[in-house]
Amino acid sequence: MDTYSLLRGFADSWALLAMFLIFVGIIVWTFRPGSRAKHDDIARIPFRNDRLED
Amino acid sequence: MANESTSQSLLKRHAKIERNATLLLVLAFVVVTIGGIVEIAPLFYLQNTIEKVAGVRPYSPLELLGRQIYVREGCYVCHSQMIRPMRDEVERYGHYSLAAESMYDRPFQWGSKRTGPDLARVGGRYSDEWHADHMEDPRALVPESVMPAYPWLAETKLDFKYVADHLRANRVLGVPYSDEMVAMAVTDIHAQVDPDHEEAEALLERYPGAQQRNFDGRDKITELDAMIAYMQMLGTLVDFSTYDAQANAR
Amino acid sequence: MVTGLKLSIYGLIAIFAAMAANWGHDLAYRVNALVVLAAAAIAFWWTMTREARPADGPTDGPGASGYMDDVVRAGVIATVIWGIVGFAAGTYIAFQLAFPVLNWDLPWTSFGRLRPLHTSAVIFAFGGNALICTSFYIVQRTCAARLWGGNLAWYVFWGYQLVIVLAATSYVLGGSESKEYAEPAWHIDLLLTVVWVGYLAVFMGTLIRRKEPHIYVANWFFLSFIVTVAMLHVVRNASVPVSIWGSTSYSAFAGVQDALTQWWYGHNAVGFFLTAGFLGMMYYFVPKQCERPVYSYRLSIIHFWALIFLYIWAGPHHLHYTALPDWAQTLGMVFSIILWMPSWGGMINGLMTLQGAWDKLRTDPVLRMLVVSVGFYGMATFEGPMMSIKAVNSLSHYTDWTIGHVHSGALGWNGMITFGALYFLVPRLWGAARLYSLSLVSWHFWLATIGIVLYAASMWVTGIMEGLMWRETDAHGFLVNSFADTVAAKMPMYVVRALGGVLYITGALIMVWNLWQTAKGRVRGSEAPAAVAAE
Repeated sequence: MDTYSLLRGFADSWALLAMFLIFVGIIVWTFRPGSRAKHDDIARIPFRNDRLED
Repeated sequence: MANESTSQSLLKRHAKIERNATLLLVLAFVVVTIGGIVEIAPLFYLQNTIEKVAGVRPYSPLELLGRQIYVREGCYVCHSQMIRPMRDEVERYGHYSLAAESMYDRPFQWGSKRTGPDLARVGGRYSDEWHADHMEDPRALVPESVMPAYPWLAETKLDFKYVADHLRANRVLGVPYSDEMVAMAVTDIHAQVDPDHEEAEALLERYPGAQQRNFDGRDKITELDAMIAYMQMLGTLVDFSTYDAQANAR
Repeated sequence: MVTGLKLSIYGLIAIFAAMAANWGHDLAYRVNALVVLAAAAIAFWWTMTREARPADGPTDGPGASGYMDDVVRAGVIATVIWGIVGFAAGTYIAFQLAFPVLNWDLPWTSFGRLRPLHTSAVIFAFGGNALICTSFYIVQRTCAARLWGGNLAWYVFWGYQLVIVLAATSYVLGGSESKEYAEPAWHIDLLLTVVWVGYLAVFMGTLIRRKEPHIYVANWFFLSFIVTVAMLHVVRNASVPVSIWGSTSYSAFAGVQDALTQWWYGHNAVGFFLTAGFLGMMYYFVPKQCERPVYSYRLSIIHFWALIFLYIWAGPHHLHYTALPDWAQTLGMVFSIILWMPSWGGMINGLMTLQGAWDKLRTDPVLRMLVVSVGFYGMATFEGPMMSIKAVNSLSHYTDWTIGHVHSGALGWNGMITFGALYFLVPRLWGAARLYSLSLVSWHFWLATIGIVLYAASMWVTGIMEGLMWRETDAHGFLVNSFADTVAAKMPMYVVRALGGVLYITGALIMVWNLWQTAKGRVRGSEAPAAVAAE
């Protein structure tokens, strides 16, 4: 098999599967239990520190 | 519970990314490189990217400097040099463009916009006089045209003192300019605008198919000479009466 | 000691620039050298006379916040100035296309040289200064830390302005490299690389010294924008100069490879400069202006990783049906369509931040500006994937439709969010209680919006019309229209487009007046509180 077909076959199968799994992984990670409180706190960062207190 | 402790440690590791600026930098960089590597890198290795096509050769010194004027004036913002394989385009502009036809183009000039027509095969379509008049005043020949006039090309003497350096820079990048071509670069410019020049035949051997004549009809070698020489060779190197598309099918 | 070192470096630069001005092979290069010489001389004089001036304290200047805000203030001014220059250039070349006599038969005013001036001025001068100054403002406040590197931030600022001036003069004098959106000559590319590394250092250094334990998501977008643009810039501009004394260089890539490198660069200049960086602005200014946190912080994380991963692949959709291999075209199309999802995820996240505060849109024209920019972002990121479908692209490519698409993104999304950010920043940075006039903001809003509508609509009309006219054949299979026919047919719409530009720049000029008066601490008579009016 020539390089092109080989790469094409790989891209259509394993590479696609890997990308899908990574995508699912990121979503699972982001929505993991217990992260909400922390994320709510991070989301409020812009409302702190309008002045720099030394 | 063992399960809880693993999820605990996992959580800690994730928190690290959100806290560690360097890690974020590295991860983001890795993520953004993947697409480019997958798409660009194979173009340098896969055989089907650039087929070898008879007739395609590096630009002659005069054509190369003409091309630099095309680049300098920003012609690419209105003119493409890439004929797509669609019926109307082939009808209007000629055979669809082959990858090989731009293999010596640094940078490529395929363009992205046709405010004016495609120029990939403009060579031989109009006479030298037409080009000279058109550059002087486009609307004298095409009343609807919105192209700027380029009267300064005919008035500016072509600066080719450093043309050998242009060839050398290309050679560094792998363009097959021979020592002879570099040494004769200045002479070749004189020879291309003067068919009676003593090096005229040698020029043709170095650059097969090069057109030799006084392009702008003036005594001096002007920027217009270089520009028209470039225009007139665009898309003329490949002989499509003998070109076998099947042999190069992708 | 440090002063002496600085002086000798500026002196060496000045000597080298003088040599370059003397031996330069082309006009663009020689004028560039003179500009560098002048810059080095000013820097030399500034450093030499420094002792005589009071040192910059951490809390100096109006609106003292404890942060390093002087450089942000300078960035705001530069953004406004370059914005006007870029809009004016764009409006002018729009009129050139309708009335070619405006090219004046001169090299320095011809369309081919002015168009790169316009695109570079709006993207890199206006957009770039907006990004640099807002990122400096935001990173300090979301990290609770002053900018790292002290005066390095000033070197970034002035170095960037120098790059802009060099590029602009070079284009006009014939130094363009003809790489779309990467037109500056090789020596300007080198200078930009140095400046950009400084920018990365300031930004990273500030992140590392932060007091907040977490890195706010706006900074993720800014960081990915800075590092990706560095990568794109270095690779796209890889070239061999003909001589160190001239502007001309030859690209390291040729033909097909050069084409794909170009659109990998060009599309991600859109993706990271004009999208990721400006999303960083959105994730800060929209929550701040409507006084509630972003709708879903978790969505913003997915938005980030999906966006930066997918964008990089989309470049080949600029090369549909060309000599680029089909597999690369297909990859580009598929990823462009998938890209619609994170784009709209981000838009929804921005818009839904107003949940429970929609009424503010009626009273706050600045918030209206920010929200409409996110709306235009949504429109442009729907239109883009649609145009990247090969069947649609076969019609739209090479036409004015592309120009219209780009401008609904640039004028609508980048322009409007920057205006919103400027209206947010100026009162705070100059210590004013409020904007000079909210009704002038409304005027700006409507002029800009109507200008964009005229622009986009006229370009849809000409784009689709010329696409159809080019491919029209008669019963015998012959082409119906000559190319010149299509040019003539577009003329009325070109005038409409230029008028859209006039409306847009008029709005921007109203903004300049409004911001100027705000910085002076004034409030427009009719809008002043009653107690003040009674005085």
